[in-house]
Order: sequence, then C-alpha cells, then structure tokens
Amino acid sequence: MDFDPVLLARLQFAFTISFHIIFPSFTIGLAAYIATLLAMWLRSGEDRYQLLARFWTKIFAVSFGMGVVSGIVLSYQFGTNWSRFSVVTGNVIGPAIGYEVLTAFFLEATFLGVLLFGWNKVPPWLSALSAAIVAVGTAISAFWILSANSWMQTPAGHEVRDGIAYPVDWVAIIFNPSFPYRLAHMLTAAYLTTAFVVLAVGARYLVAGRHEADGRTMVRMAIGMIAVLAPLQLFLGDQHGLNTLKYQPIKVAAMEAHWDGSKPGDFHIFAWPDEKNEVNRFAISIPRGSSLVLTHDPNGLFPGLKSVPPSERPPVVPVFFAFRIMVGIGLTMIAIGLFGAFLWWRGKLVTTRWYLQIVQHGWWLGFVAVLCGWITTEVGRQPWIAHGILRTADAISPVTAASVLVTLVLFVIVYGIVFSMGLYYINRLIARGPQGSAVEASHGGPGRPLSAAQGAAREAIEGG
Amino acid sequence: MEWYLPVIWAGLIGAAVALYVILDGFDLGIGILFPFAKEDKEQDQMINSIAPFWDGNETWLVLGGGGLWVAFPRAYAVVMPALYLPVIVMLLALVFRGVAFEFRTVANTSKKYWTFAFTAGSTLAAFCQGLILGGLIQGIKVENGVFAGGTFDFATPFALLCGLGVVTGYALLGACWLVMKTEGPVAQRARTHAKLLVLGVLGFMGIVSLWTPLQFPRIAERWFSLPNILYLWPIPAITALTAFLLWRWLEQGRDIPPFLAAIVLFMLGYLGLAISVFPYLVPPSITIWDAAAAPASQIFMLLGTLPLLPIILIYTGFVYYVFRGKLKEGEGYH
Repeated sequence: MDFDPVLLARLQFAFTISFHIIFPSFTIGLAAYIATLLAMWLRSGEDRYQLLARFWTKIFAVSFGMGVVSGIVLSYQFGTNWSRFSVVTGNVIGPAIGYEVLTAFFLEATFLGVLLFGWNKVPPWLSALSAAIVAVGTAISAFWILSANSWMQTPAGHEVRDGIAYPVDWVAIIFNPSFPYRLAHMLTAAYLTTAFVVLAVGARYLVAGRHEADGRTMVRMAIGMIAVLAPLQLFLGDQHGLNTLKYQPIKVAAMEAHWDGSKPGDFHIFAWPDEKNEVNRFAISIPRGSSLVLTHDPNGLFPGLKSVPPSERPPVVPVFFAFRIMVGIGLTMIAIGLFGAFLWWRGKLVTTRWYLQIVQHGWWLGFVAVLCGWITTEVGRQPWIAHGILRTADAISPVTAASVLVTLVLFVIVYGIVFSMGLYYINRLIARGPQGSAVEASHGGPGRPLSAAQGAAREAIEGG
Repeated sequence: MEWYLPVIWAGLIGAAVALYVILDGFDLGIGILFPFAKEDKEQDQMINSIAPFWDGNETWLVLGGGGLWVAFPRAYAVVMPALYLPVIVMLLALVFRGVAFEFRTVANTSKKYWTFAFTAGSTLAAFCQGLILGGLIQGIKVENGVFAGGTFDFATPFALLCGLGVVTGYALLGACWLVMKTEGPVAQRARTHAKLLVLGVLGFMGIVSLWTPLQFPRIAERWFSLPNILYLWPIPAITALTAFLLWRWLEQGRDIPPFLAAIVLFMLGYLGLAISVFPYLVPPSITIWDAAAAPASQIFMLLGTLPLLPIILIYTGFVYYVFRGKLKEGEGYH
C-alpha cells in the first residue's frame, strides 16, 4: 500500500492537537473556578469552600498533567512533521511560542506545585494567589497560541522574501485581524466547557442525594456563568464569523455549503454536500437564512465555493458538519443556561429534579463544541497551512511515510491508554466526592441502603 | 549586531538545555532508580521528593525546543526530521512518565502499572535524549539546507553509547538528589548507588572523550591543536578532581555537596561537548549564523527574554525554598 505522507502528517497532527485541546479547554476555566472558590474561602472563612477547591484541584491536577505532556509533543511536532512550515513562518510566529513558554508555561507549572502540594506549607492567601496565578497563566498561554494560530489564518505585519516570511510590524503580527475574535471566542468556550462539567457534577450529587451543600453551590455557580456566557458566545461567534467572511470567504462558503455566490445563501439545517457535483443533497433549509446571518440582509450576496477552482477549496463535508454540531451545541447551552436562570429566579433550580437529571449528563457538551469549532476553522483553512503564504502540501518534513505512520499508531495507542485511564480516574474522584463530606456519605440516606457508588467512594478513601 | 545575536542566543538556549538536563535529569534519574527501591512506601518517598518540582523542571525542555525554533529555525527544521524517531519516542516516554505522577496517587489496584510506566518512561526518555545527543555530535547529512539522510542514520554504536551514558548520568543526579532530600533506607541506598554511578559516569565520559577525537578529525583538531590544548587541558583535570571530591563527600556522609558536585560534573561534560561542536548547531555543516532567525525576530524575543528569565529563576527558586528540607519515609506534600 502506498501512503500519502502529507495526509499521514496531517492525521498525526490532527490527532495529537485534538487530544491536547481537550485539556486546556477544561483547565483554563477550572483554574479560574478554583481561584474563585479559594477567594470565597478567604472572604467567608467557610471551610467547605476550601474543601470544594481541593476536590477540584485533584481533578485539575490529573487533567493538567495530560494537557502538559500532550502539549510538549506539539512544540516538537512543528519541527518533526512540518519542518518547511517552521522555516517559512519561524521568524514571525516563533516568538509567539517563545513568549508563551516564558510568560505562561513556567508560571503555570511552577505555581501549580505550590497549589497542589503547599496546603500545609504556605499560608491560605498564598494558595489562593497560586491558583489565581495558574488561572492567569493558562489564559496568557491561550493568548499567545491563539495569536500564532490566527496569524496562520489571517497573516499580517510581515513580508515574504524568497518564500520566507519576515517580520515588519510586531503589533500587526500579534494582533492580526482574526486574533481578537478567536481569543474571545475560545476563552469563552473554555469557561463554558468548565461550567458544564461543574454543573453536571453538582447535578449528579443532587440527584444522588450526596454532598448536597456542595452540589447546590456548584449548580448555582455554573448556571450563573452559563446564563451569561452562553448567549454572549452566540454574539462572539457571530462576530468571528463575519471576520472570517471578510478574510477567508471560502471557509465560510464551506461552513454554509454555499456553492453559487450569485444567489443569496440558504441556511441548511441538514444537507449532504456533494463536492463532486457541487450541489447539496437532502437539504432541509431556511431560505436566505445564511445571507441574513452573514450580511444582515435576506438578499445579501457572499462568495460561493464555485468562485474558486476545487484545488483552492477546503474539504466541505467536515467543515459543514463540524460547524453545525458546534452551533447546535451552542444553542442547547443557551437553552440550558436561560432555563436554569429562570428556575433559579423561581427558587426551584436545585430542586427541579428532571432538569438536574438532564444536565448531569451534559458534561461533554463544551468539549465536543470546542473540537468541532477547531475542526471548522482548521480544516476550513485548507489547502493553506499559512493562508496565502504556504500550502499544507508544501510544509512537511523530509521524513518517510512509514516513520509518520508508525509514530501515528504509537500516538493512538499511548494517548488511548492515557486518556481512558485519566477519564476513569477523574470519574472515580468525582464519585468519591469532596473529602470533607466523607462522613455524610458513609451515613447513607435515611432508609436508603448504601449505594454501590458510596461503597466505591469509601473504598477509594480507605485505599487512597 | 548580526554577528553577536546568534552567539547570545546560542548561549541562552545552551543555558536552557543545561538547566533542563540538571533539573529534569534528577527527576528522570529517580525514575531510573525506582526498581531498586525495596517497597512501595520507599517509591512513594522518592517520587514525593520531586512531585512539586517536576512540572516546572520539564518546562525547560519546551524552552529548549521552542527556543531552537524561535532563534534558529533552520537548525530546528533539520534536527527534528533527522532525529524523528528518538524525538517522538522520547516525547511518548515523557507522556507516560508525566501522567504517572498524578495517576499513581489516584490509582488503587492499577498503581503498579503506573509505577512501571514511571520507570520505563523515565529510562526510555533518558536513553532517547542520549541518542539525540549522540546523533547531533556525530553529524547530520544536509543538502541545500534540508535534512537529506535516512530514517536510521542516528542509530550508530556511538549514539547508543551516548544513550547509556545519559541514563547513567541521570541516575547519578537522581541518587545525589535522594541523598540530599530524603532520610532513612532510601537515602542510604542512594549513597551506595551514587558511588557506583560516579564510576560509571567517569567511564562513559572517558570513552566519549577518546572516541570523538578518533572518529571526528574536526573534534581532534579542536582539542589537540596548539594553542587550544594549552587553554583546554584544565577541563579534564577539573572533571577528574570533581569526581574525586564527589566520591569523598559521599564517603564522608555529606548530604548536599555530592549533589552540587554531580551538577558540576554534568556541566563540565556539557562544556566539553559544546567546545567540540561550536560553532556548529548541526555538525558538520550548519553554524549558528547559518541557522539564525531574522535579526528582527531574535531582537524581539531577546527584549522579552532578558527580563523574564531572571523572574522565572526567582520564582522557581522560591518554590524550591518552600519545599526545602528532607522528606521522611511516609511523608508527602499531598
């Protein structure tokens, strides 16, 4: 069999970076949540906030560990798999990566040590400060890496000589046209992802009748966050989309499966884009819906896929569907957040059992939305690796397809083991619950036999 | 301007790699020494002694790799494909090693598998770093500024020797760290191991020092031509003295000096290799000036690095201060 080294290199990078993004999506928000809980502990003096923070800190440590080790891989893969890319763009986006290490990675890694292991060694304010520093560090890290990624989408502030990009204006490079939108959209997504995990865990405790005080705190804090951020995210996403339409119109055409730019665009709720015949099959559409969203005018026109030859188009099917899943989850998040806020207003948020039973299963919503958002923007960038400067096909390293294939298989095996065990351990930490409530858990509810989960929790505590 | 910027950057990245080798060296060394612990509790004590630090220590590896891309993109783009397999296997080994820290503490029945992952990951990562070192020293085939060799060019007897040498060296750093930071049977055993490991490290240093000038004329000329030899002869002499002092301090039951001596020993070996290779980043063809990023990029990065690096060193030092002192058996920071 003959393998295409470009395709293999792309598969490998898509796999390792998709695996990686799961963890920052969660830990950016979780660090901020832990810092908030510790600040509440300092202000109120109530120990249950500290116990809750310590509970989430353990989950943070497991997730952050997986994020760190999978992130280091990426910093080397630019060279191992995309060496031409690293030469062509190194002068311009290399410093963003360098500044990410210097301003964020050391900060996070070092103060995480104080946060995790310092409870008995440092005063409470220093634990809280360390959590805040870790939270700021994760956000700074997002700032730099999204700046570099945005430059690949909407390059600015550079000039190309002999095929190599050279810096001209650093401010224009860092704050390139799509960067502010991408940063706002991604940070909001990260906080939403965490909020849905916290909501699900809190709801799980309330439904099970365990750790109820903690469950109420978590559900309320999460709904407060979601009710504000989910609608805001719709607005930010819309703004980001308009920015993409301006700079990468063909990506938007793929998102909407819009073939013919001479007619207004329909919004396809479902369709199967047929790339060969340049039409959509089985389309269920809102007439002129896309034009209304993108141009704020039902008769507005925007470029279609047919305006460029097929070699200049991204793969339409993955971009089209990933975008739909992301938007669908976003709308679901708004519904959950606003309805939760409504219940809270009526004083019934933590007692409406059917609502809690639904949201306890919603922990994955943010992760899937983030992954689909990244698939939309990264696959939509094709066939370019750096828009207008270097094609993906020209960016790879002079390594054999066999090397890339073998290491791809190794990555899948290793990450598969690490991910499934990490998920298993996190789930068990959640089943164990905040440790201060261990006494409450071991009583069992009135007239209720000791559940299997409580048995497991007790075993986990004793087996430590 | 154009002349000295790459020199400054070579110094900075050299320093980052040196810090990585020392700091993660003792972390990896503890993983290498893990199988020699008599029981689970001793392993807990060993791993607890580095738990608050390892993540920050490993970050120097990101600075080394990322820094190479920022400052010398043309070297980064040749070295990574040339050493593709050892680099990726090292990264995968570090994945296992890294998650094992947290997974070991939250696991019950599966703890033994993560203990194994910690040992195997640490040892394999150290060995691959040795392969990378050997692969660099022996040279990489380059045509038109692009890697032009084969997948297994790195896999020579010399690179394998370097792999074993780095494993032994990291084990020495780890053993001296345990002598300094732990008490009881773990510290006693580490002291015995450290003495054996000093001999091993001296052996590997001796073989590399003979092998490289014999096989590579450019290295022989660097060391043995006049007047170089007049300036360079103190390096092997100081190395021998340091190894002797390290041995004596271990014999005398001292706790902190052996670790410091092990660091000095490492730095002398590192300096020796740097002298052999300079000014090449990718011997025998790409110098630091050939590989340098645009001066504007190097300056932009330097302006931030000069104030940020001391700040990083200060708060790193602060964390080592917070978790100072010896760790008894059964004691942890959790």
